[in-house]
Amino acid sequence: MSFDISSLEAYKQDFIDGFLTTLSASLLALVLSLAIGTVIAVIRLSRVRLLEWIGTVYVEFFRNTPLVIQVFFFAMGLPSIGIDISEFTAGAIGLSIYTGAFIAEAIRGGIQSVPSGQMEASRSSGMTYVQAMRFVILPQAFKLVIPPLGNQFINLVKNSSVLAIIAGGDLMYAADIVSSQTFQINLTYIFVALLYLVITLPLSYGVNRLERHLAQTV
Amino acid sequence: MFMNMKRWLAIAIIPVLAFSLAACGTDDAAKNSSVDAIKKRGKLVAGVKYDTNLFGFKDPADGQVKGFEIDLMKELAKRMLGDEKKLELKEVTSKTRIPLLNNGDVDILAATMTISEERKKEIDFSHVYFMAGQSLLVKKESGINGVKDLKGKVVMGAKGSTSVQNIKNVEPGIKIKEYENYADAFTALKNGKGDALTTDDSILMGMEQQAPGQVKLVGGHFTQEPYGFGLAKGNKELTDYVNKFLEDIQKDGTYDKLYKKWFKKDPPKNIPKDAVNKVLKK
Repeated sequence: MSFDISSLEAYKQDFIDGFLTTLSASLLALVLSLAIGTVIAVIRLSRVRLLEWIGTVYVEFFRNTPLVIQVFFFAMGLPSIGIDISEFTAGAIGLSIYTGAFIAEAIRGGIQSVPSGQMEASRSSGMTYVQAMRFVILPQAFKLVIPPLGNQFINLVKNSSVLAIIAGGDLMYAADIVSSQTFQINLTYIFVALLYLVITLPLSYGVNRLERHLAQTV
Repeated sequence: MFMNMKRWLAIAIIPVLAFSLAACGTDDAAKNSSVDAIKKRGKLVAGVKYDTNLFGFKDPADGQVKGFEIDLMKELAKRMLGDEKKLELKEVTSKTRIPLLNNGDVDILAATMTISEERKKEIDFSHVYFMAGQSLLVKKESGINGVKDLKGKVVMGAKGSTSVQNIKNVEPGIKIKEYENYADAFTALKNGKGDALTTDDSILMGMEQQAPGQVKLVGGHFTQEPYGFGLAKGNKELTDYVNKFLEDIQKDGTYDKLYKKWFKKDPPKNIPKDAVNKVLKK
């Protein structure tokens, strides 16, 4: 077993493409999953029976089934019924929907930690439910959910490796291809693990900074 | 006191039982694969595949293992031992087949194995019994008729296969997508995720029969993948016996009959007996 990094030189472009794909799929899914998670959390707490029910079904279904199955369905299942989306789109949608379920739970927890008097006070000063959520409850809740959200985003980046099974061209896919061609299995996967750290460590750091910053502004 | 002794006895007996079971296993195994030894044992142990449609495939409908290679092994057992029921099948994969043969767990391998120079260092091969070659599977209406039509197209394969490398060499400027296994790649082809699927035509033929009317094989062979039966290194007696068997069934028409049964066409003429795989230049 040798750790001669130069043997990977020939595959530079594969790693660059893989890194960019992982990064962009993660960023896209980060934005989408945050949007999905917020909407689902709000409707689960809306006290409108039907919306509550939809939110619960969403969370329980997507949180409790494997991401691999969801992504495989979007990549292979949808085309078989005539809806053709690219591997990248299938992967990003799968990641967003799956992570969205976890984020919804984190945000719901945050909203519920805001004292109930806040909502009562907002409503009694004439705000609608949506206005109260938008201007009073959510800004406070977001501060509380920064740490759990950070965890979800880090998981999201790592979970994006699921793109490899649908030939999504991400970092993990590049690693599979390069290792099977060079037989440099240890070297390739360790190198790729480091590339994942390049994305996840700054994310961790950023979340910690944001948490401290918000703590000071309260 | 009595209970205690019984317990100790049980503890002592279990390893003995396990050991004797293991010993039975080695008795059964084909440690000595000379023709006489196989005749004396009264059964031929063949390593075959269970997942390669048309060659060795476990039919989910009835649990029976069927295919061209299975029929060849049955015929060999019939001629050697007088009864095709004296054949014992053992499932092998591409990864396990050579170790199983070298351990003496099987007498012979009939497992879509390409004769190559590297493998010849490990084991011996019979004469060629099937000439496969890398080919293309495309959707019926794709308009692709061969490698020359692939420029700018998406070609799919399995991760780690040599087929993908071969096709890159034959026709640069192809976009490649590699899947975990051929089943996934085939699903992707049917769903239009790429334009062509490439590997040995023997594997592709099985897929073609699974989706009749949807996909077709095109492009002929651009590599040669001659399949031979694998035999233990230096077991010249059994190798000669198997080669003689191949000659016999080719002469008396049994080979043609079995080939037609599985591949629905006549076998190609004049397959070189001692071919080794090679990649053809464009």
